[in-house]
Order: sequence, then structure tokens, then C-alpha cells
Amino acid sequence: MGLAKRIIPCLDVDAGRVVKGVNFIGIRDAGDPVEIAQRYNQQGADEITFLDITASHEDRDTTVEMVERIAGEVFIPLTVGGGIRSCDDIRTMLNAGADKVSINTAAVTNPDFVHEASERFGSQCIVVAIDAKKVSAEGEPERWEIFTHGGRRPTGLDAVEWARKMVAYGAGELLLTSMDRDGTKVGFDLGVTRAIADAVSVPVIASGGVGNLDHLVDGVIDGGADAVLAASIFHFGEYTIPEAKRYMAERGIEMRL
Amino acid sequence: MTIAVIDYGMGNLHSVAKALEHVTHENVVVTRDARRIRGATRLVLPGQGAIRDCMGELEKTELRGLVEELLASQDKPLLGICVGQQMLLDHSEENGGIGCLGFLPGEVRKFPADMRDERNERLKVPHMGWNLVNQHHDHPLWAGIDQDEHFYFVHSYYVEAADNATVFGTTDYGRVNAHVAIGRDATFAVQFHPEKSSRAGLKLLENFVQWMP
Repeated sequence: MGLAKRIIPCLDVDAGRVVKGVNFIGIRDAGDPVEIAQRYNQQGADEITFLDITASHEDRDTTVEMVERIAGEVFIPLTVGGGIRSCDDIRTMLNAGADKVSINTAAVTNPDFVHEASERFGSQCIVVAIDAKKVSAEGEPERWEIFTHGGRRPTGLDAVEWARKMVAYGAGELLLTSMDRDGTKVGFDLGVTRAIADAVSVPVIASGGVGNLDHLVDGVIDGGADAVLAASIFHFGEYTIPEAKRYMAERGIEMRL
Repeated sequence: MTIAVIDYGMGNLHSVAKALEHVTHENVVVTRDARRIRGATRLVLPGQGAIRDCMGELEKTELRGLVEELLASQDKPLLGICVGQQMLLDHSEENGGIGCLGFLPGEVRKFPADMRDERNERLKVPHMGWNLVNQHHDHPLWAGIDQDEHFYFVHSYYVEAADNATVFGTTDYGRVNAHVAIGRDATFAVQFHPEKSSRAGLKLLENFVQWMP
């Protein structure tokens, strides 16, 4: 027995507040990121990822304050993604107490940024977020492409090739989101998860489409993911993290219980 | 009573300082000031990134001599974390071979790239996530921490100490048995991140703060 597979709850934050609500029993303020992060830590979450959807530059300062407050109270790895475009952005988040940053669009528009960031801060804190969509037709060999702007804009980049390139540029981990599954609750796209997990040497986090605990199991066993990220199934109390961990452990997956 | 986190310019020291503040009322300072480091009651030697850069920055900030002197005297407790553990050995394979502080005999080696688990999945490098730490000898820093407890790791190189008496904990990853907790006298050093290892990690830091070697 050895390295545990990780469960990572993901919180969307806007101007320092958690949006899309979290429905824990006994929580005082459903929008308070510190309270929610603490609750997930107590439940045994292995890491927490914050996706900053704050639009305005001024409001981003509140995200930094939020990360500072959480890092002073919650002692598990914290990842911050959304709007990370420069080494200054990364330094600000790391200084605030984030352990990793996740780079998305900026990696597509300027791949050298990933190289520069990993040289400067170390690969261990650079996660590259890959938003992929299946583009092959029924009956064709499966192929996935990178999309930006929330899955609306195609880039022409092959997802598996892109994943290899990002690792070569210094990504320490990949956060793979299947854009055609995101929000559907029908499970991860196991094809692209498996293709990328087998193509790269670094850990892969599967994301997008989780609706039940079997989906988490499938992501690890069939998809080959090292970690699974989910939002709504945990936020709205459908399942707790301990339930998910026990379920996965009963199916032979190494978990931190 | 001051705990000094030695800041030689490598990595994020905020988390370590915050976690220490969480377990003690003692003053925690992040500093590269030699006088403050000498004046502290306890020291934390962190480290992140490439070992060449860590050793290089230690030289550049003129802290190498001081750290070597403090290690030689062993008159105050020191906790090494991550690359701060690796630096205590003789030598590392990273960056084409780098000489280290040589406080403990042994080598820092790279995880092999071809390891697979029992489901024949490739074992990823870096070794990232929560893994079990097997305690070998009793040590005050293990007090109240279960045998085979999970701690959080992020590393591509691991310690292989030459003297078993210096090995206090190991972790298996593939065919590697990494020496993840080592020490002697007033020094203890871990590969994992206690500041990111939730309850078990905070317990280890609390033990360090109370340790009277």
C-alpha cells in the first residue's frame, strides 16, 4: 500500500466569496471560504482548489486576502486557478499561502509562460489546466482538442499532444477538464483521461462530469487519474468526502481515510 | 523564545510560519538576518525547488557558513523540511550532481521513471500526495502520531541515508524505500510537508516546538 489517490473539492470564488452555494448542515455562512475550507479539511479532503471567477482587477485583491485567511487556518495543500497570467500573479498567490497555481488560458496564448513560471517557482507549484472537448465523430478514432473561453473557442490543439508539451515545459501536474462533460453528471470522459494519464509522467487530476461515487472510482481505475476533482456532489451534500473515500477504498483504491 | 524560519530566498515560507504560529505562542520569524538566526531558540530549514538553486542561494545569502556552524554545534533544535532535509546529506544526484552540507552521511537520488503499481499503472514523478510514513525508532517528534500515518509529499528526489541509526521514518513508493525522516542529536528533518499534512503535520510541528533534546 502506498500513495493515496486524492479527492479535491473545487470552490468557485468571486470577490473573496464562494459562489454557487455550499449546503453543509450547521454551516453559518455558506459563502465564507474559510469556513467551507475548514469543513472540507475536517472531512478529510486531500487538497482544495479555488477557481477565481472574479472579473474586476480591484476585486482580485479580495481573493488574495481570502487565500491568506484560509492558509492561516487550513493546513492542507491549496491550489488557486483563474486569472493567473503573469509571474507576478503567481508570486502574489504563493506569498498569500497558495501551494500551487493553476494556469489555463495564459498557457494556450503563451506556452513559454509555463516554462518561465516553472523555472522561477519550481514545477511542484505549477498546475496546467487543460480544457478538452471530443472532436472526433462517431466511429472515428477518438480525438480531443483544447478549448478556451469556457469551452466556446477551439484552438486546433490536440489535447494529448498539448498535455505532453505542457509537461515538457515544466508543468508539475495537469488538471484535465472534459468540457463536454462539465456539469452533466454523467461521469468523466474516461477516454481522454486515460490517453493523457498514459502520455505523461506527472500526476493527472480528472475533472468534469462527476454525478456519483462510481464516477470517481472509474476516473481512477479506468481513467488512470491520480486525483479526482468535484464540486457539486460535495457542495450540495449529496455525498460527503468520507463516504466517497470509503466507497473508493472498498473498491481497492488506496485512500487516506 | 523565538523560532526562526531561515529565509535564504527559496520557496514559500508563509505556510511553514503560519502552521508554527498555529501550534505555539512563541514568536515565529522568517529571516535571513544572521544575528536573529543565532539568537533564536529553534530553527527551521525549509527548501523548495531545485537543490542547485537552494545550495546556491544559501551561498549567496552567506548563510551556508552559519547553517554549517549551527549544525556542527547542535546547541538548538533544527527541523529540516523537503529540500531542507535533502541538503543535510553529503550529495545529491539532481542537477548533474551537487555537493550538500554533509551533516549526515548519505545520498539524494532520483526516483526511477519506470516504476509501476500493482494495477500496472505508471507511478508518477514527482511523488505527489499523501503517503504512509513508517516510524523506525522512537523519537520525541513522533509523540502522539500513529504508526503508518499519512503525510503530504511533493518531490522527485529522495534521501538514502548511509547510517540506519539516523533513519527515523521511511515511505515506500514503487520499489523505493525513501528515508523520509532522518536526524541525530538536536536535528530532525523530513521529506514531507508537515505544514500541509493537516492534523498529523501540526502534531509534528507542535512536538518540535516542545522538543528539548
